[in-house]
Amino acid sequence: MATLQILRKYWMFYVMMLPAIVILLVNNYIPMFGILIAFKNINYADGFLGSPWSGLRNFEYLFKTKDAWIITRNTLLYNAGFIALNLIVPLAFAIMLNEMRSRFMAKLHQTIMFLPYFLSMVVISYLAFAFMSDEHGFLNKTVLPMLGMEQIKWYFTKEVWPYVLPLVNTWKWVGYYTVIYMAAIIGIDEEYYEAATIDGASKWKQITSITIPLIMPVIVIMTLLQIGRIFNADFGLFFQVPRESGVLFPVTNVIDTYVYRTFLTVGDIGLSSAAGLLQSVVGFALVFLSNWVVRRINKDNALF
Amino acid sequence: MEAPMAPSASNPKNKLSRPAALAIHLFFAMYSLLCIIPVLLIVMVSISDEATVVREGYQFFPSAFSVDAYAFLFEDARQIVRSYGISIFVTVTGTLLSLIIMALYAYPISRSDFPHAKPFTFFVFFTMLFGGGLVPWYLVYVQMLGLKDNIWSLILPLMISAFFVLIMRTFFITTIPTAVLESAKIDGAGELVIFARIVLPLSLPVLATVALFQTLTYWNDWFLSLVFITKDANITVQYLMYKTMLNIQFLANNSTAAAAIAAAGGTFKFPSETVRMAMVIVGIGPIIFAYPFFQKYFVKGLTVGAVKG
Repeated sequence: MATLQILRKYWMFYVMMLPAIVILLVNNYIPMFGILIAFKNINYADGFLGSPWSGLRNFEYLFKTKDAWIITRNTLLYNAGFIALNLIVPLAFAIMLNEMRSRFMAKLHQTIMFLPYFLSMVVISYLAFAFMSDEHGFLNKTVLPMLGMEQIKWYFTKEVWPYVLPLVNTWKWVGYYTVIYMAAIIGIDEEYYEAATIDGASKWKQITSITIPLIMPVIVIMTLLQIGRIFNADFGLFFQVPRESGVLFPVTNVIDTYVYRTFLTVGDIGLSSAAGLLQSVVGFALVFLSNWVVRRINKDNALF
Repeated sequence: MEAPMAPSASNPKNKLSRPAALAIHLFFAMYSLLCIIPVLLIVMVSISDEATVVREGYQFFPSAFSVDAYAFLFEDARQIVRSYGISIFVTVTGTLLSLIIMALYAYPISRSDFPHAKPFTFFVFFTMLFGGGLVPWYLVYVQMLGLKDNIWSLILPLMISAFFVLIMRTFFITTIPTAVLESAKIDGAGELVIFARIVLPLSLPVLATVALFQTLTYWNDWFLSLVFITKDANITVQYLMYKTMLNIQFLANNSTAAAAIAAAGGTFKFPSETVRMAMVIVGIGPIIFAYPFFQKYFVKGLTVGAVKG
């Protein structure tokens, strides 16, 4: 069909899609061309088009700072940890909940476990603060004295944050992923388990040779979706929960918070857009890479 | 669809041993407590007496209670009411518009006879893979559209989620029979009529799911306020909570500011610790009440979404 004919036949479709097209252009596509800012020495007087080109100088600056290494390392390590935890913990939870014989209790736990998912990061930062505040926090005022331990200045102690952040992240997400894995487990045909019981397979054996292999597609998709975003940290978690404590930056600064700060607090457009571009490009490459790996193993599990 | 739940009871031979079953029960009882306790701590602090909190720290069972914090918030309730208004407006308008706009886009790309369905599917999918980053995105909203301090800057950026568009598209493809669409066309119905009269009513499950998730997204968003909003008139409940934390911290740690307020005739005597927590309770309110009810639809929604398409 010629384009004109298609347009005439389906003109209504284009009208219907128009609002979304406009929003996608403004919100997603025009900013994609804006990555050119990273190669410019931007100034507000000349605007985006008028500002002079600066080649790779913004990137040179970025890599000269020690921030470049810290934020890359933090983003990758934390996200890798989160992906592992968001797989192992919810999977274990789903398998155990599935064994719970009281439907009512299992449902109740599932409901309660889901609560943190509904709370915004601002609220979660308050919850964390109620425990970790230096002067009044529950940990410093009650728990640590009870254990006979010294108080800890949580928001000034770097060493604890590589544990606190994964803890908070898992706490927020475990209900969400547990539901997904449970749905998958319940979809498994009971007959597999019946046959296994007749053969005398132990619970552990059933889990490792029936449950996990059969829900592999869901596991792969969930993990793939997260790997694709491994370069994008959860801004809220790293910005709200450590409460912008500068002392903690070596262990809490990630690419997203770095870009935000250098741009909107410091006002360095060049440096922040260079970091942003790096994030976009590497992230894009990682989506393709992980998808390619999955395709090679099992085509049906791939995202695209 | 029922919420996913344990069917293993149907196979009586395959039961866990009693100690193992008990251990699982205990484990989940403890984990459930771990989910509730932080919220409970905040509630208790918010109804504690300020002097007691300063002396004993944040406690689950403070030795003295007081509702001073809520009285203090209530005294100057204008900003809270205003912020609630903004949050509700943003959430309702945003959710409705985003639902309509996403469905209007998802339907054409779900039609196999539409020759441009593929490129337009890619057009939305690509936004999941690549983005320009914060800086150019911010400049588009502030410099090109001039939406700084504008309430639409809290609505537009969250309007289209590529993921939800693709889920809707999959739903349309798999649940709406082509024959129904064909016969409607033979009866002379236009595409818009078919969409509104046939497609939408048949798609309530997916529409409800997306609406629910978008409601939560809009209500919980604070990032857009952080980036775009500087004037108090347009701040949402979430951002108000964030600012309360910062402001109280600023006043509490800054004796000059406190002195300045006192010199200007203002009083700096307010229950700062308990007010902070009361503010969270005020902000958390709607979610806590809505969540047990919401929760079961979220579970259904997740199960719809998790099915690969």
